[in-house]
Amino acid sequence: MSNTPATAMRAPGVDPLPRRSLHSLLVWGLLLAALAASWNGADMRPLALFADAGNMAVYAREFFPPDFTHWRTHVAEMIVTLQIALWGSALAVLCAIPCGLLCAANITPAWIHQPVRRVMDAARAINEMVFAMLFIVAVGLGPFAGVLALWVHTTGVLAKLFSEAVEAIDPSPVEGIRATGANALEEIVYGVIPQVMPLWVSYSLYRFESNIRSASVVGMVGAGGIGVILYEVIRSFQYAETCAVMLIIIVFVTLLDLVSSQIRKALL
Amino acid sequence: MLAIEVSGLSKTFGSRKALDDVHLALEAGEMVALIGASGSGKSTLLRHLSGFVRGDADGGEVHVMGELVQRNGAIAADVRRVRAQIGFVFQQFNLVDRLTLLTNVLTGLLHRVPTHRSLLKLFTREERALGLKALAEVGIDDYAFQRASTLSGGQQQRAAIARALVQGAKVVLADEPIASLDPESSRKVMDMLARVNRDHGCAVLVSLHQVDIALQYCKRVVAMRDGRVVFDGPATELSPAFLQSLYGGEAFADAVTPASVLPLQPSAAIRAAA
Repeated sequence: MSNTPATAMRAPGVDPLPRRSLHSLLVWGLLLAALAASWNGADMRPLALFADAGNMAVYAREFFPPDFTHWRTHVAEMIVTLQIALWGSALAVLCAIPCGLLCAANITPAWIHQPVRRVMDAARAINEMVFAMLFIVAVGLGPFAGVLALWVHTTGVLAKLFSEAVEAIDPSPVEGIRATGANALEEIVYGVIPQVMPLWVSYSLYRFESNIRSASVVGMVGAGGIGVILYEVIRSFQYAETCAVMLIIIVFVTLLDLVSSQIRKALL
Repeated sequence: MLAIEVSGLSKTFGSRKALDDVHLALEAGEMVALIGASGSGKSTLLRHLSGFVRGDADGGEVHVMGELVQRNGAIAADVRRVRAQIGFVFQQFNLVDRLTLLTNVLTGLLHRVPTHRSLLKLFTREERALGLKALAEVGIDDYAFQRASTLSGGQQQRAAIARALVQGAKVVLADEPIASLDPESSRKVMDMLARVNRDHGCAVLVSLHQVDIALQYCKRVVAMRDGRVVFDGPATELSPAFLQSLYGGEAFADAVTPASVLPLQPSAAIRAAA
């Protein structure tokens, strides 16, 4: 009773190679055509890099040495940025659990998952920056607008990822739970969630990492954190201090990436 | 009261009749084997009994323990209450890999644990004790706190039987329960089903593709071919010629040659009881 479906399933005498290479040629051709068609639109002027090389060098020189005079303020604002990312991500995970389940075609009928998916598409299609500008009008300048922006956008992203994990589960354990007379919610808690948990944790941590990056950007439109400072120093041509702020962001993001990938490894 | 009562059940997939006017009745406490070639409708019938699949719109009805499961293609609204009385044992065990064996077994209690508690996976001390007792009865309580995925197929199948015990099932449906197991595990699982039938008074309907095992464990055999019940009676009345026609010449020869027959003997206790 050994299981060798892989070898048993393979049909003999079928060579998949010719069709596949024709297919990939077509894909590459389309990609190149799209790049060529976008050349003018994107204002591609590679020569400008060389023509103005002297200016670039002067500009770059002004960034060094970095000016760490106000590092306490910068680190404090960087921590605010982390806090924005943490709350935005946590609220998004909480909302993405029910939304993700409602988006999964193997759990809900089409009249539920299609509308919910479209709402999630909308939340995902619009960038955090745009949401941040909208929420600033609603709740005023400051970190809370940033939290709301990350929350909405990340809910859209995670709901899609969560529902894809749910759609890939093995249905037989769920049927095992159903056979005991359990109700639909119990089927999900006992049959579905244990199967998707590792992926859900992994996706959530990954989105937390990218939300730290996003949180430093939403600040630039006034939604609090290190982004506000970054915007101010760039606009006032304080390049040495800009360099310091950027280094602080890099150090924090790198550290948190390392920590969260360790957590992910431990959980899987 | 009949444990299982099927009358005029039909199911059509496309143009193929998977079940064709099936009539079947099991008394409480009976142990019956369901035999037939692959695709004869054994699994389909069992899945209809539990209300996983609905029959044709004019496809008869199914009662379990006197309660309606489905009628004319409509599943009963309170099918969950009926399912709670049915222990279902699957060919692939259908345990949740990442849950412990004990939690898997305790899912048998979900139908009577209040939902606010079950959703938080909060089980009382008594409920846990019940789960451990059932695991002990099938001989795998040592592994209660291991994830189901760490156990062998035979152990997982015994946990599935423990789940039916915890459930307090009156009827056990077993769909090819030993088809994925080695001979020794198969014997243990079949012994366990026989014991569930004997000690707990459960009606057991078990589909099998090994005729010899069906004959060893069950006094009554129901045979299916092309979705129809073609034999229903004492195992002793099955003639070799009938079995040959049931499986088709070649398949039958394959099924009874000594090389492929599992060296399966019921344990002494089961034989004494039978």
